[in-house]
Amino acid sequence: MSSKTINLTLKVWRQQGPKAPGRLETYKADNIPTDASFLEMLDIVNQRLTLEGKEPIAFDHDCREGICGMCGSVVNGRPHGPERETTLCQLHMRHFQNGDTVVIEPFRARAIPVVKDLVVDRAALDQIIAAGGFISVNTGQAPEANSLPVPKDKADLAMDAAACIGCGACIAACPNAAAMLFTSAKISQFALLPHGRPEAAKRALAMLAKMDALGFGNCTNHKECEVECPKGISISNIARLNREFIKAAFASRENLP
Amino acid sequence: MQLDAKIPGGPLETKWDRHRFDLKLVNPSNKRKFEIIVVGTGLAGGSASASLAELGYNVKTFCIQDSPRRAHSIAAQGGINAAKNYCNDGDSIWRLFYDTIKGGDFRAREGNVYRLAQVSNLIIDHCVAQGIPFAREYGGLLANRSFGGAQVSRTFYARGQTGQQLLLGAYSSLMRQVARGQVTMFPRREMLDLVLVDGQARGIVVRNLITGQVERHTAHAVVLATGGYANVFFLSTNGMGCNVTAAYRCYKKGAGFANPCYTQIHPTCIPVHGDYQSKLTLMSESLRNDGRVWVPKKGGDTRRPEDIPEDERDYYLERIYPSFGNLAPRDISSRAAKRMCDEGKGVGPTGRAVYLDFRDAIQRLGKAEIEARYGNLFQMYERIVAEDPYKTPMMIYPASHYAMGGLWVDYNLMSTIPGLFVLGEANFSDHGANRLGASALMQGLGDGYFVIPYTIGGYLAGTKFAEVSDSHPAFQESEAEVVAKVKRLLSIKGKRTVQDFHRDLGNVMWEYCGMGRTDEGLTKARKLVAEVKAEFWQNVTVPGSHADLNQSLENAGRVADFLEFADVLLLDALARRESCGCHFNEAFQTEDHEALRDDVNMSHVAVWEYAGEGKEPIFNKEPLVFEFVKLATRSYK
Repeated sequence: MSSKTINLTLKVWRQQGPKAPGRLETYKADNIPTDASFLEMLDIVNQRLTLEGKEPIAFDHDCREGICGMCGSVVNGRPHGPERETTLCQLHMRHFQNGDTVVIEPFRARAIPVVKDLVVDRAALDQIIAAGGFISVNTGQAPEANSLPVPKDKADLAMDAAACIGCGACIAACPNAAAMLFTSAKISQFALLPHGRPEAAKRALAMLAKMDALGFGNCTNHKECEVECPKGISISNIARLNREFIKAAFASRENLP
Repeated sequence: MQLDAKIPGGPLETKWDRHRFDLKLVNPSNKRKFEIIVVGTGLAGGSASASLAELGYNVKTFCIQDSPRRAHSIAAQGGINAAKNYCNDGDSIWRLFYDTIKGGDFRAREGNVYRLAQVSNLIIDHCVAQGIPFAREYGGLLANRSFGGAQVSRTFYARGQTGQQLLLGAYSSLMRQVARGQVTMFPRREMLDLVLVDGQARGIVVRNLITGQVERHTAHAVVLATGGYANVFFLSTNGMGCNVTAAYRCYKKGAGFANPCYTQIHPTCIPVHGDYQSKLTLMSESLRNDGRVWVPKKGGDTRRPEDIPEDERDYYLERIYPSFGNLAPRDISSRAAKRMCDEGKGVGPTGRAVYLDFRDAIQRLGKAEIEARYGNLFQMYERIVAEDPYKTPMMIYPASHYAMGGLWVDYNLMSTIPGLFVLGEANFSDHGANRLGASALMQGLGDGYFVIPYTIGGYLAGTKFAEVSDSHPAFQESEAEVVAKVKRLLSIKGKRTVQDFHRDLGNVMWEYCGMGRTDEGLTKARKLVAEVKAEFWQNVTVPGSHADLNQSLENAGRVADFLEFADVLLLDALARRESCGCHFNEAFQTEDHEALRDDVNMSHVAVWEYAGEGKEPIFNKEPLVFEFVKLATRSYK
């Protein structure tokens, strides 16, 4: 690993609170090691701001391994920055050039408003899950695990969908601010498994109704979400969601919520 | 301090069944009269919240993250153990029990560990029913792999992200109960105190991390599932938010802290590469199924690893531990890596790394198969290190990963404070002095899904409760203390950042209380930590306000607690006059540099009791009784 450093100019969205007006502030980020991650670069800048008596930049983060889904900002116009299938915490500074200007903004959509600086409120995603993103099994009810075989290809596809980390990048990337990729990932995971079939119709109807009610847009096949998804969730899940929804709406006895 | 473990008598196999029958029940219509607070939404907290709500209790669940789906259980990679014996390779509940108690170097309770092995199979059943996409064979049945410290394949997995899938399963069950109104969810709240009324845990005081408001919440019982304290080492594989604060504040309210010196150093992490570094990244232990660990035979060999011929490589784990080889348990593998580096055979720019090589496995199985098994891990490695592990061996080094120690609990998972239950990594109960791979997920979910739903009922049914509102003087006092501490942190306005102090603390702890410990080092560390702590309270700077989202302030509170807690950890390490599992005092070792236990004098749980500000904690012990297994020298040779 190299011990090279680079100098950057940051333009960072600063916003004191949900109602306060925000603006881009310019900061120098000098001597940033190229082996540092993007969030470690922000740590360095925040240490310097703190010692200058200024308030550090607020940003969400936790695992820094690309799995918790807590981090994420729009970097130079792209959610989680320029690298494919990479969360912001796994983006490393070796992908930037000395002298670059880097613009850092929060994920933006009406349904996931800014809390402060780069921190957004993604409670709406929890509400979509609460509407039907589960299999109704109480602890103690389950039959023996191997009593229901699952074809390996189906299990693999379900796992592909289940890899969603709920970061919200798909929403930030979508011109319609749709949460379709997120919602479809959960609907697909359960639709593909025999354990999820009994509630499939109810789930599709309820989760989509909740998504609409929360103010998210709908999919018009821009495919931006798939490009920006740090976990490579495929938009074929949205196609599956549509099939599940249509099947449920026309052929099931479930009522539209 | 009363330490009655309440282990039921009689044969090991029927202890839990009999205990469940003996526990009093709360009738269904009475359950709705009880409120239970659950703090933390990892595997233990999430599963407990869902299961308790399913039973009809009113549950209030708290987490520091923006959503209950984010707790650090999510980062567990490799898998979860269960004694299903699907591979027909000789597994059984007894063998899982024995492997776990031996893996813990005979420093855990037989009764607890046996129960864990018993419920392991129920966990897999439940998780499959929840729709967790476990790996499967072509016939559609569940796949297994092997993990460190076991000679059978009993680990269930969902690619390299088993923790994520299990956590999302618990989270989805939890959200189902939120939708039913049975759980009220309080995200972005940090527990800053436990409130006792008449000696019972009756609520908590939390800070709303968005508004800064300090809130009071009442309940009939409090369930703490707030994870471990590996971040006392600053650099660890834990998430940045993992902290000891909730557990430590309970300790200060009278909960005993058990075996804090049992901290696990995981052998396969990406090595440290700079002083700006914020955390270390684990490479799953499952990689050791196919990867071979080696160093050059000659010290100071600067050739590229690919250029070092076979006969000049030392596959030291295979050499020293032929029967377990690369799957030797974590404590053993970590110390072996350290020894190789201490002998000057370490590799990489810092000399503090060893190779984990997939060349032979790729030749044997093909690149596609290795990619299917470990693709996401290889990708993560390449992203961080900028080297391709399909071509060049990974470089790995041990890092702080997990805390076996935690708040003391009895067989019911209740602490020394009536009504305070502690689950998962936050308690001390099942892993002894060393945890085996794929056992943390098992314990977190076992506690939450299959133990607490029974034992908390026994407590609630058998206890008299006074009416308590949040205006009770105990809540007022607690809130006043919390507010005063917040103000004090903001008022110091010194010259060094919180992170700076945390890093200082971590350096001391890693240097003197890491993989190899000595009495002199530990004593010196106590002095150094006291110095860091003293300077912290004079010279830390915490910008911003209390009435706002203020991440510096959150961290300041956590680091302040780590600075106090570190001394308890060091004291415990000094008091344990033996080496066992992950606790390795260099004065106690065999000729082969393995841990040397003292079963005559040290076969006990060390439990520390808070004695007041500035006073040394009081040492208590719970003797460990072994009726069913014979204590043996732990050998993996």
